[in-house]
Amino acid sequence: MSDWPAFRPMGTAALLVEFAPSASPATITAVRALDAALQANPPRGLQEVVPTAASLMAVFDPLVTDHAVLTEALRGALMAPPPPARTPALHEVPICTDPDLAPDLAEVAERLGLTPEAVSDLHQGAEFTVSFYGFAPGYAYLDGLPEGMRLDRKPAPKRGVPAGSVIIAGGQCLITTQTMPTGWWIIGRTPFAVLTGDPDHPFRLQTGDRLRFVAAPRSVLEADA
Amino acid sequence: MSGFRVIQAGPLVTVQDQGRPGLMRFGLPHSGPMDRRALAIANAALGNPAAAAGIEVSPGGLEIEMTATCTVAIAGGGFIATTPAGRMPGWAVLTLLPGERLRLSAGPWGNWCYLAFAGGVDAPHFAGHAATHAGSGLGGGVLKPGQALALAAPTRLDGRDGPIPIPVWARPRAEFDLVIGPQDRFFARDTLATLTEASFTVTPSMDRMGVRLAGPALMPEGALGIPSGPICRGSLQVSGEGTVTVLMADHQTTGGYPRIATLTDLDCDSFAQARPGQKLRFRTMTAAQAVARHRAEAARRADWLARLSARGPVTSG
Repeated sequence: MSDWPAFRPMGTAALLVEFAPSASPATITAVRALDAALQANPPRGLQEVVPTAASLMAVFDPLVTDHAVLTEALRGALMAPPPPARTPALHEVPICTDPDLAPDLAEVAERLGLTPEAVSDLHQGAEFTVSFYGFAPGYAYLDGLPEGMRLDRKPAPKRGVPAGSVIIAGGQCLITTQTMPTGWWIIGRTPFAVLTGDPDHPFRLQTGDRLRFVAAPRSVLEADA
Repeated sequence: MSGFRVIQAGPLVTVQDQGRPGLMRFGLPHSGPMDRRALAIANAALGNPAAAAGIEVSPGGLEIEMTATCTVAIAGGGFIATTPAGRMPGWAVLTLLPGERLRLSAGPWGNWCYLAFAGGVDAPHFAGHAATHAGSGLGGGVLKPGQALALAAPTRLDGRDGPIPIPVWARPRAEFDLVIGPQDRFFARDTLATLTEASFTVTPSMDRMGVRLAGPALMPEGALGIPSGPICRGSLQVSGEGTVTVLMADHQTTGGYPRIATLTDLDCDSFAQARPGQKLRFRTMTAAQAVARHRAEAARRADWLARLSARGPVTSG
């Protein structure tokens, strides 16, 4: 029997399912399938599921179930036929790349040997997928940055980067939700708010959703997206 | 608006209810009190619903001036209360009148103290909860001097004023239970043994996100470039230099450092009260033992809180 997926306790009230030692498109697919199966048919006592690129945490009520019972339930969910796939939403995200709103665009272009316009065209030509959330509330890591625009992080983080900044590093893109320091490259600003303000659906993006960035004038930043 | 005004507030004095579960998949941890037991005790001492919001006081302290008449309860840590009647230890119920001041300051032990009001605090909610995520400010919020806060239904309770006995399960501790894993495979056998054989010291690098420990380096092996994975309250995350950070109420929801072990859920709250400079040790238990102990303790504590809430006899046992 393969060592993977592995089921490991995380303290009293959580179980970690690790699909492989490293993340790959296959582990992302496996995590999404298990996540969907658990949402569709939650085992007794399951309270919360946290998907990432190669693993999934199942949080449970230890007064109702335990690690062993939940491990069996999760093994069953892995064997069960997958639930009908949800059609992921496609979001069009306006982005303004005026130099003051895209302070790193010129340096990104220079490092990539492109013009700023070509960098923006590449970015806006790509389709992104919400991989998983992490780091801070509403920080949805977006997979799908084109090969031709991948850069390591900046050597030193920049402080006070405003909410709504569109930032890139490695193979990922992200829309910031609060003012904070970041070592990622800032290539534009969007009015697209990941936090909706709706108490029943506080976050706008679901794991697996798709996004496209669309060039927009800075007037969109005043309009409510 | 009747309630109270903030005269002085140290950093990280926040509105908290028992937390906001269900949104970790969106990057938002549960938040809620660093010591969930203590807010539960303060609420029960007033007969409040368990979900009522109160104030979490940091070692920086808090001073308020009432604009309403309300019975309040103080629990958690060994804090000092300065009341219109003089200085006294925390762990008490008292009734305050408009214009009267209450000051809470750090005393002999603990980092976090809770102030509950009969009827609860009326503070902004995010996704149905007043619990504050301090980093983003989502929820009821971080208290600032000069700020006025409203009380939901300020009430004077008869016959409740007086001390609250400190139950044995809410007293300071120096040994904490953990369950090994989920990423113990990145540590040599000797390193894992060090985790439970050595003593560690709480450092001043402490906030609502986590607590850094000083002690022997627990060097991970081959953990560079492991994929980012989920974190929970109580995760012991180990940096590349072998430094342990214990993740707390406002933890990041994912991280790329290996998690060598996880504090039991019960012990997260007593661990949060360990002061910088305090020495502590870890003991291991299996996940099944952690669940069994959790069930026994939950029943015992629920019974104690129900008796306190119903003004029945409670002991410190």
